[in-house]
Amino acid sequence: MTAAISLHAFAPLRSLLPGGLDAIVIGTSAGGIEALGVLLPALPATLKAAVLVVIHLPRDRPSLLIEIFTKRCALRVEEAEDKKPIEPGVIYFAPPDYHLLVDREEGRPVLALSSDELVQYSRPSIDVLFESAADVYGERLMGMVLTGANQDGAEGLAAVRAAGGIAAVQRPSDAQAAMMPGAALARVPDADYVLTLAEMAGLLAGLQ
Amino acid sequence: MDAQVEVQEAHGPEKDFDIEIQLLLQAVYLKYHSDFRGYAGASLKRRMRAAMAHFGVRTLTQLQDRVLHEADTYPALMNFLTVQVSEMFRDPSYFRALRETVVPILRTYPSLKIWVAGCSTGEEAYSMAILLQEEGLLERSMIYATDINPQALHTAEAGVYDAERLTGFTANHRLSGGRSSLSDYYTAAYGRAVFDKQLKQHLVFSDHSLATDHVFAEMQLVSCRNVLIYFNRPLQDRAIGLFRDSLVRRGFLGIGAKESLRFSQHAGDFEELVREDRIYQMRGVP
Repeated sequence: MTAAISLHAFAPLRSLLPGGLDAIVIGTSAGGIEALGVLLPALPATLKAAVLVVIHLPRDRPSLLIEIFTKRCALRVEEAEDKKPIEPGVIYFAPPDYHLLVDREEGRPVLALSSDELVQYSRPSIDVLFESAADVYGERLMGMVLTGANQDGAEGLAAVRAAGGIAAVQRPSDAQAAMMPGAALARVPDADYVLTLAEMAGLLAGLQ
Repeated sequence: MDAQVEVQEAHGPEKDFDIEIQLLLQAVYLKYHSDFRGYAGASLKRRMRAAMAHFGVRTLTQLQDRVLHEADTYPALMNFLTVQVSEMFRDPSYFRALRETVVPILRTYPSLKIWVAGCSTGEEAYSMAILLQEEGLLERSMIYATDINPQALHTAEAGVYDAERLTGFTANHRLSGGRSSLSDYYTAAYGRAVFDKQLKQHLVFSDHSLATDHVFAEMQLVSCRNVLIYFNRPLQDRAIGLFRDSLVRRGFLGIGAKESLRFSQHAGDFEELVREDRIYQMRGVP
């Protein structure tokens, strides 16, 4: 029902962001592939923001994410590589068994990987991505926490919010696994958006 | 001139934190001569926040005060500055590729020197020793395993690991093409596994910094995995330059599964040997 969502409903987002977003960070776990399958294809080819995604997957299986989403998205889809400058309009997935962070090298935002300890039983961890992205992008960042069955992402979303960025959470009743968005909302009760996936897709489709 | 102390626009507590990290690393360098100033910022920041919680300080400036004035603070801080996450035969396909592609050439040398750089608590060094033993090469090999963290080196030297980790190690070893049983190489008792003295005769653990120290021997193989991701580009280049200068003509370099020489100024000195396992070979002198 994406088409039924009027962009006017999201006017606050645009007014918050003269000049737009530099990056969108998305975190999800159980049910995440399906949820990303709704959101990522909705991103317009003209998007100026970079999109960084952490999804918890078993570490020992080869990841087919890049293949799956390349076919379905208007934007380029890549696995994140250490020290690579972050380009606008590219979707980056954290590689399995590594944390993905945003760092700065010579003043430019770059991707960074680490094999530090698990955070919230997870590597990659959503908190690690969100906190580092908040540090680099500040208010020019949107963090989105989707379906999932642990609490990773709650602290990260709080960091995004504290740095002036936008916090969006999938409505727990709409999520395949409500725990992750529930934990995020408990930590960030005044999140900017609490939306169904379809509404989130509408929000993303309206971005430039 | 010194890009590492480039001060960014100061607005807000986050930027203060950036300043405080640089000051702390400078203090550590001046007092203890360990140079972390070329470490990649984002993951270091995260570890420094964890250190603040551990030491019960409100700011890194307070931690800096303790580093300078309390003798036991720096050794404890070292465990936050460095990363001690390791396992035996991590990324089994890397070890399989070493067996299949590198070992046949190593066989042609009468004696072998191998450098495991950034060995942390030793898991990778023991993995290398076991692999060489299985391939019949350990007797003629010396493995130099280096790190900057003395406590990690101490653990590595002891070669004692929690028995609960053995299941994972054993699975990795099998996937790496292991020809023997991992249990041939350790004795398990009281929840711990003690690795063989016979392996240790071919292992030398020592303190070496990729940031400040130099080449110390001529190697046939350098293995340095998941270390370069913690370095900024200039420090990565220094480390890769050291590896190049350590290697014999047509020597081998293995790096982490998600690391690359592509962005290095020394990339041209190496050719990709096994692309997906990040094994490189030095080009011959033209």
